[in-house]
Order: sequence, then C-alpha cells, then structure tokens
Amino acid sequence: MSTTEDTVVVTGLGATTPLGGDVRTTWQGLLAGRSGARALPDTWPQDLPVRFAATAVADPAEIVGRVTARRMDRWQLFALVAAREAWQDAGAPEVDPTRLGVVVCPGLGGISSILASYETYQTQGWRRVSPYTIPSVMGNGAAGWISMEFGAQAGAHAPISACASGAEAIGYAIDMIRSGRADVVLAGAGEAFILPVAIASFAAMRAMSQRNDDPEGASRPFDKGRDGFVIGEGGGVIVLESAAHARRRGARVYAVAAGAGYSADAHHISAPSGVGARAAMRFALDAARVKIDDVVHVNAHATSTPAGDVVEAAALAEVFGAGKVVVSATKSMTGHLLGATGAVESIATILALAEKVAPPTINLDDPEDDLPIDVATEPRELRSRTGAPLAAVNNSFGFGGHNVSLVFTAP
Amino acid sequence: MATLEEIRVAFPQIVNEIAGVPVAEVQLDKAFSGDLDIDSLSMVEIMVAAEERFGVKIPDDQLNKLVTVNEVVDYIHSQAA
Repeated sequence: MSTTEDTVVVTGLGATTPLGGDVRTTWQGLLAGRSGARALPDTWPQDLPVRFAATAVADPAEIVGRVTARRMDRWQLFALVAAREAWQDAGAPEVDPTRLGVVVCPGLGGISSILASYETYQTQGWRRVSPYTIPSVMGNGAAGWISMEFGAQAGAHAPISACASGAEAIGYAIDMIRSGRADVVLAGAGEAFILPVAIASFAAMRAMSQRNDDPEGASRPFDKGRDGFVIGEGGGVIVLESAAHARRRGARVYAVAAGAGYSADAHHISAPSGVGARAAMRFALDAARVKIDDVVHVNAHATSTPAGDVVEAAALAEVFGAGKVVVSATKSMTGHLLGATGAVESIATILALAEKVAPPTINLDDPEDDLPIDVATEPRELRSRTGAPLAAVNNSFGFGGHNVSLVFTAP
Repeated sequence: MATLEEIRVAFPQIVNEIAGVPVAEVQLDKAFSGDLDIDSLSMVEIMVAAEERFGVKIPDDQLNKLVTVNEVVDYIHSQAA
C-alpha cells in the first residue's frame, strides 16, 4: 500500500441490518440478492398505505440488555451494536483516549422516544416521564454514549444531513484524522424510524412504495415499475485510522478512505437537482486524488423513487462516462436505512473493493429506457481498467439537498 | 403498607431492574453514587419506581439528601408508615 502522511484507512466494520445482525451475514445477504423487506405484523395500522418494511433481523435491545436498552432510543442501540462489532473487528486497538474520536448520528433521531414520553406525560403526568427522554431524542446522543463506552476524548460529533448522515459522518471522521485531531475514529450512523407516524409522514410526501402485495419486489431502483422507497432500519459503523497508526499496530486494512466530497443543491427541500450530485462526486474524486478511470464501482444512492434514480443515473453517466463503472443499488435488498444508509453502503463499497466483487441489484426486471449506466444485476467481478488500485464511490443524498460522495480505494 | 423488611427486600430489586446492579450488592450501607456507580438520571428513575411500588412520595428536595440505600429504605418506610 502506498501511503502518505495523511492517508486514512478502514480497519474495522460493524453493521446490523435487515439482512443480518452483523457485517458477515449482511454481506452474504447482499451477494445472494436477498431482500430484507417483509410485511409488518397484523398490529400495524391497516389504514396506512404502506404495510411492509425492511425491519432489522436482530433486536438490538436483546443484544445490549435491559439496563442499556431502557436508556437509549432504538436508533442509538443500532449504532452501539455496530460500533462494538467494528471495534472488535479492528482488533480493539490500543489508542490514547485523547486521540480517539466518535462521529455517529441518525438522519432524524429518537422520534419513538419522544412519542413514548408524550404518551406517558398525557396519561401519567410529568414525573413518570423517563429522564432519558432527552438523551434518546438528541441526534448527538449515540455519539455521546459511544464516546463513553470507548473512552473517546478527541471529540464526539453528529453531522446530521438526513439520508446523507452516515456518509457525512465518515467524511467528518476522515477530516478529523487528516487534520491531526485523532488517530482513530469510530464513524457511522443508526436509524430506527419504522413507526406509523413516520410512514404516514413519508407517504404524505408520496415518497414510499405501496407495493403491499410484494414487499420483496418493492424496492426496485432504476426499474420502470418503481414507485418509491422501502423504509429500513439498522446501523453501520466503521473504524477509521491513520495509516501510520494502523501500520504501527499491524492492523488489517480493508481499504483506504481516500476522500469525501460535499455539495448542497440549494434547489428544493426534497427533490434532487442532479447538479449537486455531480459536484459532490467530482469534489470527492479531487479530494481523494483519484482519476475518473480508476473508479470501477459505484454504490448508488438509488432509493427507488421515480424522480431520484433517473437524476442520479444521469449524474453518474456524466461524471464517469456512460456505462463505464459497475453500479450497484443495494437498497433493492436492504431497503432505505435513511440516516444509516451511507454507513451501511460504505461498508458494502469497502467489501466490494476488498473482495473485488460488486453486489447485485435485485428487481431490475424492466430498466428505464436508455438507462445510461451499467447496473449489476448479478454479483460482478471488479477489474482495474488502468492498472491503478481499484477505486469505488459511495453516494448518499439527503432531503434538504445534501450530497455526500465518499471515495474508497483498495489498499 | 410495606414493612421495613419488605422494603429492604423489594428496593434492591428495583435498583437491579433499573440500573442493573446485582441485588446482592445493593446493601444497606452502600452509597448510590460512590459505591454502586448509579448516575443522577438512573437515580430519578429508581425513585419514581419506588414511589409507584410503595405508594409514597419522594420529593425532589429529598433526592440529594438520600445518599445510601439505608437512607432511602428508612425514608420510604417513614412515609409509608
């Protein structure tokens, strides 16, 4: 691996998703083309237009135990479970606490906790409201809890940007290491928003698939039959480390976290412009000092909404050239993990590089006419076109017009 | 009305339920913060649960004065009596 003084590497991965309770099972599910979407239980309000979701396989409350579970919102528990896995996967590095950072956030936060406390307040009065309500609702809550668990004193941050949050967290973490503030950073996101009011609210935006008779076929990025996103839940955290620190302790390196690019559409609160997406990808490639032709794979944001997918496809074709890179839309399997999506899809991107295989995109039975990109519908081997180390991009876009692109390269 | 003995048995179970401290460690001479490592927010939860369980009122101004398990048990008993 050729590294410079400011090279940042990925040394640990953790995830809990609708496909599996850890990274290994999630990755196996992705390669197998499995859908994590399923019908919600009969107790789900039947008047809602959406009655399915990509629910997490592993209940984080059972994993962390009763005492921790009562103090934290479900989104925070997902992040904590993923952080623990990532930390162990990295070999539980010895690191000076003042050189260890945390960047973890949700897209939205602890809505279920505020709803529960509102109910308690209405029925039993203020004294019965949990004193952990505010920490559970706080978008920076998981960063705080995780910093406590690992003794991370270099800073705990929560750069929230809706569905770009997980990617933005990783970008912030790269900057923390590059600017000399930390040697090791736990970065990622969690989200738990499969609630009736959430589905009512997203459905009010006409953003969700209503394919209730076929949950597994509902998330179908780039397919003509797509009718909106499928809500998912879970968490993803990675361990980022300065290359020098990783080398000193002989850590296994999955990939180089080569750079992040950001832009704001400044256009519409929920509809993408495409201009911002292109800018974010180009800024990321510049920041990573990676040539366009070295990029072999993109994990697209591709949420399966009618508007978003075509705009991203056009942006990808313009930046990389039509059909030049192998595109995967893993939300076809995981559903849309909202704020956690950028973290979980970064893990998929990193493993694609490490194993030289792009995961498939399922449900792409009838692609958009003249789709200008090459979408893998089966696992696809990744090969360098230039002889340079393989490079891959993960795109994440959020309501509010936030665009974040991350570039990873093979070590 | 709970007897002193009943409170001594039931209160450590509340502490265990909320803060995860093993029942056997919740001994009368132990301080919540110093010995049992129970933080201020969990302490609020424990007091509210105790109020519910024993049908007493533990005003907020008492909270900081009740340092040990025994002090809480005695206070609950005095209010329940």
